[in-house]
Order: sequence, then C-alpha cells, then structure tokens
Amino acid sequence: MGRILVIAEHDGSELNPSTARCLSCAGDFSGLDCDVVVLAKDGKRVCEQAATLHDVSTVIRIDHDANEHALAAVQAPQIAKLAEDYSHVLGPSTTFGKDLMPRVAALLGVAQVSDIMSVISPHSFQRPIFAGNAIVTVETRAQDMVVATVRTASYQATADGGKATIESRALDVELPTHTRYRGTSGSGDGGRPDLQSASIVISGGRGVGSEKNFALIYQLADRLGAAVGASRAAVDAGYIANDHQVGQTGKIISPDLYIAIGISGAIQHITGIKDAGTIVAINKDADAPIFEIADIGLVGDLFTIIPELEKLL
Amino acid sequence: MDRILVCLKRAVDYNVRIRVKTDGSGVITDGVKMSVNPFDEIALEEALRIREKGETGEVVVVSIGTDACQQQLRVGLAMGADRAIHVRTDQALEPLDIARVLIRIAEAEKPGLIMLGKQAIDGDNNQTGQMLAALWERPQATFVSELTISGATATAVREVDAGLETIEFELPAVVTSDLRLNEPRYVKMPDIMKAKRKPLTTTELEELGITPQTRVTVLQTAAPPARQKGKMVADAAELVAELKRMDLA
Ligand SMILES: Cc1cc2nc3c(=O)[nH]c(=O)nc-3n(C[C@H](O)[C@H](O)[C@H](O)COP(=O)(O)OP(=O)(O)OC[C@H]3O[C@@H](n4cnc5c(N)ncnc54)[C@H](O)[C@@H]3O)c2cc1C
Ligand SMILES: Nc1ncnc2c1ncn2[C@@H]1O[C@H](COP(=O)(O)O)[C@@H](O)[C@H]1O
Repeated sequence: MGRILVIAEHDGSELNPSTARCLSCAGDFSGLDCDVVVLAKDGKRVCEQAATLHDVSTVIRIDHDANEHALAAVQAPQIAKLAEDYSHVLGPSTTFGKDLMPRVAALLGVAQVSDIMSVISPHSFQRPIFAGNAIVTVETRAQDMVVATVRTASYQATADGGKATIESRALDVELPTHTRYRGTSGSGDGGRPDLQSASIVISGGRGVGSEKNFALIYQLADRLGAAVGASRAAVDAGYIANDHQVGQTGKIISPDLYIAIGISGAIQHITGIKDAGTIVAINKDADAPIFEIADIGLVGDLFTIIPELEKLL
Repeated sequence: MDRILVCLKRAVDYNVRIRVKTDGSGVITDGVKMSVNPFDEIALEEALRIREKGETGEVVVVSIGTDACQQQLRVGLAMGADRAIHVRTDQALEPLDIARVLIRIAEAEKPGLIMLGKQAIDGDNNQTGQMLAALWERPQATFVSELTISGATATAVREVDAGLETIEFELPAVVTSDLRLNEPRYVKMPDIMKAKRKPLTTTELEELGITPQTRVTVLQTAAPPARQKGKMVADAAELVAELKRMDLA
C-alpha cells in the first residue's frame, strides 16, 4: 500500500489554489492516503487552510527560517527526506512545482513525471507532449517512488470540509546557503481575479496594439469580473507584464469562458487554453487559426467591437 | 570564470505541426525539420554575451544524441561557441540520465555556469536543469529572463507565476533560460564556414560509464481530443445573445 505526499504551494500566508487541484489528482489514486506538507517560516495559517481541504489525512508543518521563501535548492532536500515514508510525491505544474519537483526526484534517484493530466493507475498516467499536440500514456517502474507534477488545468479544486490533523515536525537535513531570495515584483493586477483560477479570462494579443490600448481589455474584464491574460507577442511587445502570458511557456488555464481578442491562435497559445469551457475569438482576419478551435467566432475590428460589447453586457 | 557549458538539444522545429502515428506508437518525425531547441538557442546567446563582456574565457556547446546532433552543434559553433562536445548514443535518454551525463562533462570541464533551456519543446519535460543542479549540489536559477554575473556570484530575474522573482546565487551554478532572456543572433554565411574548422569532439556514451535506464515507459501516443469548430456570429449583439443563451453572460 502506498501513501501520497502533496507539496503545498503558498506565499507565506495564503495557500495557493494549485494545492487543492493537486489534491483532486491525489484523489484519483484510489485507496491511497494523502498528506500535505507545508514548508514555511511560520506555517500556522497555511497549515490551517490546508487542513480544511477534503480528504487530507495529516498536514505536516515544517517551520524553518530558511523556508521563508520557496527556494528549490533549500526545499528539495527536506522533501526528499520526508519522501522516505511515501510512495508518491506530487506538486503542482506551476512555476513553483516545476522548479522544485525535478530537483526532488534527482535527489531520490528517480524519474519525474511532468504534467499529469489523468491517472490511469498508481504507476500510469497521461501527459501532454509537443505543446499538447500529442498525449502520451506513460508507466513508471513499480518499484520506484513516483515523483510528479500535476497539470493543474486538468483538475478542479478539491472540496472543503476536511478536518486533517496538523503535525509539526523538525527535519534533520543540511540546507544549502548558496542561493538567496531578493524579491518579487508582480503586476498584482489591482485585485482582479487570479488568472489561474478565474472562471472568465479575457486575453489580448498583438492586435491590441499598445500598452495604452490594453485599458480596453481591462475595462471589458472588469465588466465581466474576469481575469486578464495575454499572448506572448503582447508580453514581448511590452503591452502587459509577463505574468499574464497564457500558453505553452506561460500559464495553462481552464476557465469556463475564454475570450481571445486580437490573438491569431498559434499552437503555443492554444495549448494554454484547450481546457477552457467555451472559447470566444474576436479577430479582424477571418482566416486566423484561432477560429479553428473557437466555439464562437466574431470577425471584426476589436476597437469597434469592444465598446459595443461593453454597452451590451 | 573559465568557461560556460551550454546544452543544445536537437528537437523538432517549433514551426512543425507534429502528427501522431495512427498505430499510437509515437509521433511522425521522418522528414520533419529539426532545429536547436529554441530555449537552448537563447541560452547560448546569453553565454556568448557573457563572453563578449569578458566574464568568461570560452563557451562550449554540448549535445547528447545520434550523429545528427552534430548539425545542431555546428549551428552553435556558427553562432559563436568556441568548441563542441558530442556525446553519442542512439538511445533517447531520460532527463535524469542526461543530467548524469552532464555531470561527467562538468567534472572534466569545470564550468562556472551550465546553461540549458527551461524545457525541450518535444517532450516538454522541464526537468534536466533542475536535476543537474541537484546532482551537482549547486544552485539553480530556472526560467531566467535576466542574468548578471559579478565575480563569483550571479543575480537572476526569474519568470514565475506571480511575476518576476530575483535571486542571487554563488557560482558554479545551473541556469535555465526563458524566452525573454534575449533574442538570439542570426547566423551569417561566413560564420558557418568558420564553424567547420572549430573543434568538435565525440565521446561514446559508454565511455562515460553511464548506462541509461528506462524508468518511464511510453505505452501509447494519441492525438489530443479535438475541439469542434464552433459557430461564427455576425456582430457584438449576436455574440452577447449567444453567451446569454449559454448562461455565460
Ligand atoms: C518556444 C515557443 C514558445 C512560445 N510560447 C508561447 C506562449 O506560451 N504563449 C503565446 O501566446 N505564444 C507563445 N509563443 C509565440 C507564438 O508562436 C505566437 O508568436 C504568439 O502567440 C502570437 O501572438 P499574437 O496572436 O498576439 O500575435 P499575432 O500572431 O501577430 O496575431 C495578432 C492577431 O491580431 C489580429 N488583429 C490585429 N489588429 C486587430 C484589430 N484591430 N482587431 C481585431 N484583430 C486584430 C490579427 O489579425 C492577428 O490574427 C511561443 C513561441 C515559441 C517559439
Ligand atoms: N539530449 C540533450 N542534449 C543536450 N541538451 C539536452 C538534451 N536533453 C535536454 N537537454 C537540455 O535540457 C533542457 C531541458 O530539457 P527537458 O528537461 O527535456 O525539457 C533543454 O532545453 C536542453 O538545454
């Protein structure tokens, strides 16, 4: 029998929604108990949040000054040590998990499975390759511990209502000091919904034309209570900050409604939105590839359409 | 630092729309255009800029794979790398074994930095740099969009979900590139000619004493479920009506 360890993602005070999505994936390993570990400077609050999630047995609290900021080189040896008691170690396929989990796997001398999108059996999974243009079913060796990242867009957040126990532990491992955190600057986006968990996302592309014009996208987003995304071209052109990029190398999202405005629909962009419930595309070029996958397409100039939409919504 | 190692993976060109074999045994790669993994080209560009600033003696490119990898190493040499190392094998290695091979090369070459792409766009694994850093017991800076070297330390700006994170770390270290680190230079004709005379050494995988393992077996490769082409609407009013009908607005 095995046991699953899920690595909590948090910012020191709030549990990231990616953790609840990982727990949904963990729930697909039928019969395996699941614990969550919180590495923090002072993990009290985050542990309490994790303990309310459905189907968690124990929340393991590891407080250490070195855990104030998530540094893979510092966290990996701690997780590798804890992993001795588990058959599976899961983290989210966010930048946090992608940075950390391969380092954990290498310390344990096992492979890492990236971006689990479905669980076939405790050692067999589906995952995307080639920007999602192919899906492979992979199998790990039965004797190996499974270390994996969970493609968060493939899973809904698990329900609340859990009552896990919180258990503080101290680990006897040496932590490196060669890497130091110096700060994060984020767009924060003025209290708008988080791109990775929003139910509506409106994205602008190169067609929006300038940073100033992106105000149009923001206004429409505010009308709908939506998060704002962007194509790589829009980010590269400096219209909007990098944390808005959607796609193969940006965020993979699964909102109920995605509205792509002035985005052509390159495969690297599409791969980030394939799991959206409904995709709407607005583009002045009737031949834009985005229309091949959009549920609703509207050919026209975004500068006339957006103001009309605002009036109608 | 004396040198920077840059990893170049031979991968299907990013413009190719790959197709899955009908028998589910893999993707069609016959006759498909192959290139240097785009993130690796960015990693190399950054290493060359560091050399141009006088912060490293030489830039060495490394590729692990079949003889065909030498094409990508020649591209690296034409871009400006000083020499190339080819580790020859016909097997497709898993990231952990690639990392083990790179450790062997690092032991011999003693680089101040090993630069990789953040992910190879074929397998989309995004693992090798992190695994290498773990085995090497050195710092890792992944998804880097800005890199500054100052003596024995470096500062990197990383593209993370929350925005841009800055970390400082000691060298030697592993850095993986994100797309906005730089724009790689174009290779000019005379550079291609010059590259032919630059040193390229080949080592057999077995000579490094590494026996690759199959830890993850691919059972099947399938095309992703296709999204149906939807309907076109004539104007904003019709779009809103449709969204309302679907209970989305
Ligand atoms: C390795 C790699 C990774 C990548 N990762 C990503 C990724 O994660 N995310 C991503 O998005 N891209 C990614 N890309 C880039 C991708 O290939 C495309 O270049 C990019 O998505 C194009 O962005 P775009 O659609 O905004 O720009 P364009 O392709 O230039 O399209 C702009 C569109 O706007 C339309 N338009 C212009 N004016 C108007 C108007 N007034 N009204 C209405 N429509 C208008 C045009 O018809 C056009 O279709 C990656 C590329 C590589 C090589
Ligand atoms: N066969 C290889 N030869 C050289 N470099 C490689 C090879 N495989 C992976 N890499 C490097 O590791 C990075 C990440 O690859 P991956 O972990 O497979 O996504 C790539 O961008 C390359 O820089």
